[in-house]
Amino acid sequence: MTELIDGLYLQGEKIADTKAPHDVPIAQRWEQRKFNANLVNPANRRKLDVIVVGSGLAGGAAAASLGEQGYNVKCFFYQDSARRAHSIAAQGGINAAKNYRNDGDSVYRLFYDTVKGGDYRAREDNVYRLAEVSANIIDQCVAQGVPFAREYGGLLDNRSFGGVQVSRTFYARGQTGQQLLIGAYQALERQVHAGTVKEYRRHEMVELIVVDGRARGIVTRDMVTGKIDTHLADAVVLCTGGYGNVFFLSTNAMGCNATAIWRAYRKGAYFANPCYTQIHPTCIPQSGDFQSKLTLMSESLRNDGRIWVPKRAEDCDKDPREIPEEDRDYYLERIYPAFGNLVPRDIASRQAKNMCDEGRGVGPAIKERDAQGNERMMRRGVYLDFSEAIGRLGRDAVSARYGNLFEMYQRITGDDPYEVPMRIYPAVHYTMGGLWVDYDLESNIPGLYVAGEANFSDHGANRLGASALMQGLADGYFVLPDTMNDYLADMLREGKVDPDAPEIAEARRSVEDRVERLMALRGTRSVDDFHMALGRIMWEYCGMERRDEGLREAIGQIRALKEEFWRDARITGEAMELNQALEKAGRLLDFFELAELMCIDALHRRESCGGHFRAESQTPEGEALRHDDEFLYVAAWEWGGENQPPILHKEDLIYKDIELKQRSYK
Amino acid sequence: MNIKLKIWRQKNQNSKGHFEEYSMTGIEEHMSFLEVLDLLNEQLFAEGKEPVAFDSDCREGICGQCGVVINGQAHGPIRSTTCQLHMRHLAEDPSFKDGSTITIEPWRSTGFPVLKDLIVDRSALDRIVQAGGYISVNTGAAPEAHSVPVQKDKADAAFEAAACIGCGACVAACPNASAMLFTGAKISHLGLLPQGQPERLARVVNMLNQHDAEGFGGCTNIGECAAVCPKSVPLEVITRLNRDLGHALWKGQKTTA
Repeated sequence: MTELIDGLYLQGEKIADTKAPHDVPIAQRWEQRKFNANLVNPANRRKLDVIVVGSGLAGGAAAASLGEQGYNVKCFFYQDSARRAHSIAAQGGINAAKNYRNDGDSVYRLFYDTVKGGDYRAREDNVYRLAEVSANIIDQCVAQGVPFAREYGGLLDNRSFGGVQVSRTFYARGQTGQQLLIGAYQALERQVHAGTVKEYRRHEMVELIVVDGRARGIVTRDMVTGKIDTHLADAVVLCTGGYGNVFFLSTNAMGCNATAIWRAYRKGAYFANPCYTQIHPTCIPQSGDFQSKLTLMSESLRNDGRIWVPKRAEDCDKDPREIPEEDRDYYLERIYPAFGNLVPRDIASRQAKNMCDEGRGVGPAIKERDAQGNERMMRRGVYLDFSEAIGRLGRDAVSARYGNLFEMYQRITGDDPYEVPMRIYPAVHYTMGGLWVDYDLESNIPGLYVAGEANFSDHGANRLGASALMQGLADGYFVLPDTMNDYLADMLREGKVDPDAPEIAEARRSVEDRVERLMALRGTRSVDDFHMALGRIMWEYCGMERRDEGLREAIGQIRALKEEFWRDARITGEAMELNQALEKAGRLLDFFELAELMCIDALHRRESCGGHFRAESQTPEGEALRHDDEFLYVAAWEWGGENQPPILHKEDLIYKDIELKQRSYK
Repeated sequence: MNIKLKIWRQKNQNSKGHFEEYSMTGIEEHMSFLEVLDLLNEQLFAEGKEPVAFDSDCREGICGQCGVVINGQAHGPIRSTTCQLHMRHLAEDPSFKDGSTITIEPWRSTGFPVLKDLIVDRSALDRIVQAGGYISVNTGAAPEAHSVPVQKDKADAAFEAAACIGCGACVAACPNASAMLFTGAKISHLGLLPQGQPERLARVVNMLNQHDAEGFGGCTNIGECAAVCPKSVPLEVITRLNRDLGHALWKGQKTTA
């Protein structure tokens, strides 16, 4: 039945998502699904226990909403407070189809833009629902007191974002993520006070408990005491964000990791489209060897900032203010006249790399190490210039729009963007891949729900700006609280899991064994050292541009590095205390395995789409070239066992409401 | 540059802490302060010693997880979060010379017990929010967003207060270890908006009761809190808190459950 392909993976059965009711038009499916779902009566809800892992926009919103409904919720997160989840760092804004600007926006247009932006690799049903509930999110957040930008008439202000031609983005200066997260956090803390939610701070989920094929709980490590505990429930929701830190340098928070979803994958949950990584075009370039992470600047800067590099490589070390207009190449405006500086992220990122690869990058030349550790000197930066905007709008107006971003840029780089153009370069930012879920956001393990960035469902191969916040909140506030009822109603009849089930003790034992094995390591290299090495392999071979031979090389190198880890790593400190080296080591082990799967997925998808650019598949103009005849599917990978190849299940993508087109922003 | 770091080391909440000194060479100006600590930890690792535990997460100045007292000042000499402090900022101080000693301590407050080295427990701040730092609206029960206009200057002022990241620097800087700037920021954020009016008076009473129960001190208008606040939350949020409190007491506002 299964065939080993390329020596790397097995071909498995096709899968399908059957939960969206296709007997009604797309605009009625969500309403219909909600109506068909079973309900749990209010008095019974307190008998049901739900675990939510993560407290970001998806997790915080889900835990708060499920708590409001009356379920018993336990919410786990690794930070010291629920308010610190990495959603907080999102700057630019949140999309919603309110059409407050009267510029032709609609649910259908948001749906269309999102599917097109994702390069036709997202599921229509899910994206339509996302666009539909987007308007409710704004209502919800305004009612919570989220201080969105306002106009003098007292109504909400909007701006536009990359990849679209309408103003549908709601924002709170450059801190939209923070303000939305604080809204969800406050709703969550309200439920803590009401006693429906219990928070477990500084707790990391290290294993999923599956009994009789159903998700029944998790194993956690208390990061302060080292204590390992099991927590049982009737359903488990993972809202643990993305896995961009597999690249070591990324815009993700230091603690972002893949462990929760990877543990679920190893327990049978499918992992979909792992290779889809979004590289964000407006990050502050790397400044040195010891850099621990990269800092993103809001893409909204592209509304008024113009991106350029010198036309001639010999001008690259000049003061940019001394380069006359005719010697500047505003390359996005030149290549993509219709969208200009507002092309989607994948396109803006790749063009910035092309300019630097051509030798027209700007900023200090920095030492670059390729995956083999060879050094080279490169200028990795392009200008993001506000001089035109300052001339047109005045310094004060620019400051009102972007002041805090300018301040942050200056603090980090020491340059004043009011005087000298900013320098930007792409960096790993968001992962579109994640655990496979159906229309209900349920994984293929019954009772295991996955929401926000941790699932794969809504962004296809590329995410449009201001859509991440929208998806996190849509999933958390409006989708899960409705779809989970259906499952929980069944669980009411099914009854509680037997606490003596052998799977529970076995899950716990596997965690204890792993900790013990890690603490026994007596090598010479630190965990960070290995993580950096893994990051270099991934950025070089599975980063902005992928090739067949490079990906094969990467798989070999990742395997060798993992072996080296077990031979030569050392973990300081003790297991039963606050031990940051141990935390990182556990996460790195999962990153090793995920990195390999990302490369296999990237290798098998011999087409370019969105954030996945295969050098072998491009148009004569160098744009991403899809192969819809061969790859119009979600690649959902199943764990094949320790040291066994993974199994590929394809879910066909069916486009009935949107016509498939080659994406063009020209 | 070469520097010496004098760092508070403490095994756990129950043990006594002490300072230890470490020498570092080859520090570059563009490095962030936390990257210097990363580098120190690599150095300690190579020497077979245990790295220094410290908190950080987003390293973009917004999550509020980082925060230490540097040379006696919360988050160090410039108004920023610890993660956005760069060595160039320290080097700008005229008293800073090659080989200078930088002293690093955890947040100092009884409300923030030390968990290990530079890491403290700030869950008390969450409990203050739990006592009423929200607007009670159930998911899905919200009116259309444009049905309640908000005056632009009020919205801007609310935003200024809402910018608080809950890092706790205000507490660490205050001689009374008061969390009034934090509490006032939330009360101002919600109290300035029309949506926040129904619970306004109960909110201030409930949150302040919790503030006091957590062992934070009272405010005596010293202003250190606002001076160190990395998000420039203005001192007037405390004035607004006091005004709301006075109003609540005059109205005979009782705490709510």
